[in-house]
Amino acid sequence: MAVAARDGKAAAVRAPAAGGALTRLGRLIREVARRPAGLFGLIVICLLLVVVVAAPLVAPYSPYAQDIVHRLQGPSLHHLFGTDELGRDLLSRVIFGARIALGVAIPAVLIAMFVGLLTGLISGYLGGGTDQVAIVGMDAIQAFPAVILALALLAVLGPSLRNVVIVIGVALAPGYARVVRAMTRAAKQNQYVEAELSLGASTTRIAVHHLLPNIAAPLFILIAMDIPSAIAIEAGLAFLGLGVPPPSPSWGALLADGFSYVLISPWAIIAASAALMLTTLGFAMLGETLRDVLDPKLSGTRRRRKKR
Amino acid sequence: MLDYALRRLVMTFFVVVLIMTFLALLIQLVPGDPVRLVLGAKAPEELVQSVRHDMYLDKPVPAQVYYFFANALHGDLGVDFQSQRSVTSLIWTALPHTAILALASLALAGLLGVPLGVYAATHPGGWLDRVTAVATISLITMPAYVAGLLLLLVFSVHWSIMPATGTGNLSNPADYLKHLALPAIALAVTWIGYLARLVRTSMLEVLNERYIMAARSQGIRDRLVVYKYALRNAVIPTIAVVGVGLGTLLGGAIFVEVIFARAGLGMLIYNSIQTRNFPIVRGGVLVVALLFVAVNLLTDFVYHMVDPRIRVVS
Amino acid sequence: MSDPLLTVAGLEVVYHTDAGTLPALSDVCFEVREGQIVGVVGESGCGKSTLGAALLRLLSPNGEIVGGRVMFAGRDLASLSSGELRKVRGRGIATVFQDPLTSLNPTFTVGQQMIDAERAHGQGRESKDVLRRRAIDALTRVGIPDAARRIRNHPHEFSGGMRQRIMIAIALLHEPSLLIADEATSALDVTLEAQILKLLKEINASHGTAILLISHNLGVIAEVCERVVVMYAGRAVEEGDVYAIFDRPLHPYTRALLAAVPSPQHRGTTLAAIPGRVPSLLALPPGCKYADRCAHAVAVCFAREPASLARGGLRVRCFLYDDSLPAADKPRADWAKAPGRA
Repeated sequence: MAVAARDGKAAAVRAPAAGGALTRLGRLIREVARRPAGLFGLIVICLLLVVVVAAPLVAPYSPYAQDIVHRLQGPSLHHLFGTDELGRDLLSRVIFGARIALGVAIPAVLIAMFVGLLTGLISGYLGGGTDQVAIVGMDAIQAFPAVILALALLAVLGPSLRNVVIVIGVALAPGYARVVRAMTRAAKQNQYVEAELSLGASTTRIAVHHLLPNIAAPLFILIAMDIPSAIAIEAGLAFLGLGVPPPSPSWGALLADGFSYVLISPWAIIAASAALMLTTLGFAMLGETLRDVLDPKLSGTRRRRKKR
Repeated sequence: MLDYALRRLVMTFFVVVLIMTFLALLIQLVPGDPVRLVLGAKAPEELVQSVRHDMYLDKPVPAQVYYFFANALHGDLGVDFQSQRSVTSLIWTALPHTAILALASLALAGLLGVPLGVYAATHPGGWLDRVTAVATISLITMPAYVAGLLLLLVFSVHWSIMPATGTGNLSNPADYLKHLALPAIALAVTWIGYLARLVRTSMLEVLNERYIMAARSQGIRDRLVVYKYALRNAVIPTIAVVGVGLGTLLGGAIFVEVIFARAGLGMLIYNSIQTRNFPIVRGGVLVVALLFVAVNLLTDFVYHMVDPRIRVVS
Repeated sequence: MSDPLLTVAGLEVVYHTDAGTLPALSDVCFEVREGQIVGVVGESGCGKSTLGAALLRLLSPNGEIVGGRVMFAGRDLASLSSGELRKVRGRGIATVFQDPLTSLNPTFTVGQQMIDAERAHGQGRESKDVLRRRAIDALTRVGIPDAARRIRNHPHEFSGGMRQRIMIAIALLHEPSLLIADEATSALDVTLEAQILKLLKEINASHGTAILLISHNLGVIAEVCERVVVMYAGRAVEEGDVYAIFDRPLHPYTRALLAAVPSPQHRGTTLAAIPGRVPSLLALPPGCKYADRCAHAVAVCFAREPASLARGGLRVRCFLYDDSLPAADKPRADWAKAPGRA
């Protein structure tokens, strides 16, 4: 009975006709915020967004202002997180680093989603040879660990903000394509859809009325789960010197700088690690809560067997 | 099963062909002249021409792809731009260190993650369950390089009880293990959390199954029910994930090897990217991808062998 | 008549859920004598499977026994230590569940599972060969052909009827004095159902094994049981001899239930469906749980819960038979006016 109640709630969140998009979003956010993990995720992400938008106001210094005399210092009242090897304020660099983290992750995930949506729709709808080719393509991309693929591509393309975004987008696209392809195939076999098709409904109509409402929830969850991955890949690439080029304060670049001076000062590593971990944790918790709220069937942990 | 295996093999073949074509063409994406990029603007024209010839860059594109395939089939992945050493032998020297690292962290993850998951599942709502729930998601989201750097900071720099860099020598197992410990833990961190969660979830589901209740109703001891009857069914779904996970593991290995200066495949790829030594990058990436594809294929088959239901159905 | 083998007294079970605490069983009392076949019948959700699971404390983790006793062979299973309880499971009382596919572990062979079940109550170190031979004998006895070979098969390689025979064979390994069959035949088709019921009756006759047969099917109950417990919303509303109850049901619910069974005598007449729905355990009415659907309900039925009354060898939970009520407050029914057998 508890299961039925939860299902009902989830269905209400998903129902396409229930009020405007804004009210539905509001209800979804309330539902997410009711759970501790979801609340944590929302708070972290809101903080992050504030920091990203208001970085010049929040940051005590310019992220590029050097002060060689006070280099590699520990935390103090002047520099809450300490300074790096050029005497730049680490707190300011971490704050501006959030701009790079989200500035890469969000466009990259959007690219992945659009490429995946298109590929998945086409391969799922057409089936046959096209589908097989698409599957081999997706398998080929996923045969590389995402980091290695991005590394190989950036090694030849050269590191730049644009290239980093594209490369991460390509690496993440198959995940979306797979979900969309599966849902498209399922929708095609749906009897309502078959009936509508036989009545001469257009493909666009089917896509808008039957497919999108069903795809929205899993895509939403996937996006929330992929943003932390994209952030981690971006920082990783920057750590290896293949990310957004210096002097950009990418968290990965901060880690690399800190690594070079690891024997002298740990603060760059600590500050950047903390920022990275908090951000990825926030997004992951939001993603998990979204999954619980939007699709209880997906979360095994909460499943409770119906009694007889 | 046979039909399935055949289909899977054919698909894998096409995937490998696609990967190799992509890698063969990768060098075409380099803006400018890749050979000049490495040898520098002042290199004599004859040297540049001879390297171009060695790399088939003076041939038309389809021929380049053909030679890459033909040579790779003979185990020849080209030669190092600078030292003129065979890429295959370079990879062959580095590969064992990466394989050992990956297997060690996988073993570590299994040894710690599985019992943690089982405990959490058999004590749902208990304090350790709550703690692990938060701990596991923190571990899962922690990138390998963050784990590596923090371990380095604490154990090698702050306490100086572990070696910070180097691979150690395989002829001195104790020393080798000492060098292996931190990198393996750094790489395993994500997987400890991930496995614990997976096992907990599937264990909770399995413990709810009717056959567990039936086994209990027969008076079979709880420990036997949990560790023999439930665990096997709970671990089966995780096998499928471990295959995919090995890819992430190989990806994470590059960071860990760079941080701890381990002479593995990741370090090799990283160093050659720094020096724009494309044949090594290409060869290294190809080996990683092939390894990943092979492991995936293997786990897929193991998965089908372990679960007798799938064995018959498919 | 022999002594009671199993006495359930005032059993209360709740489930803790997100939506609140559900009272799944409330004040359930009945007994099973040695060698007797007792049926438990009711609609789905009435708590009959909870009852079957609660006797051996096999409830799902969110279920809890909060009151009452389950006396078996002089001991209260509800308060026994889990180690002692384990020794009763499978040896004193064995259980056969509804779906034979999900009752067997899919990843082990039938033989492995039987040997583990044998070892659960093994005295000393018996060799695997001995145990396997005993398992083969047990399978042969319940009618599995070629058992020596089939014992190496996995559960999914057997048909539904065969799987249920395997479950019965496992249940009989330690010659229990009571067998709980929880909807043991419900998942099978009619022919197989008849075969399994016949098997159960044979076991009862040859070994003197008492059987608690839980079923939603009145036909099944009528065919094999001596006594029956009718359950509704977690209560035993009527209990007694199967012929007495089928001939002259006392409780309006039992009456309605019997009227809803198609029978050859009433061909062509409409089946009487019971109006309304089983109340949700989350929002049980304060009075008689059946009052909402009962044609005879009066004010008192909605106000408080009727006690269990003895009437003509049966026990019934209905104000129709409560003589302590003033005549004006008492519900009436033509069929209940006729003097009982008492």
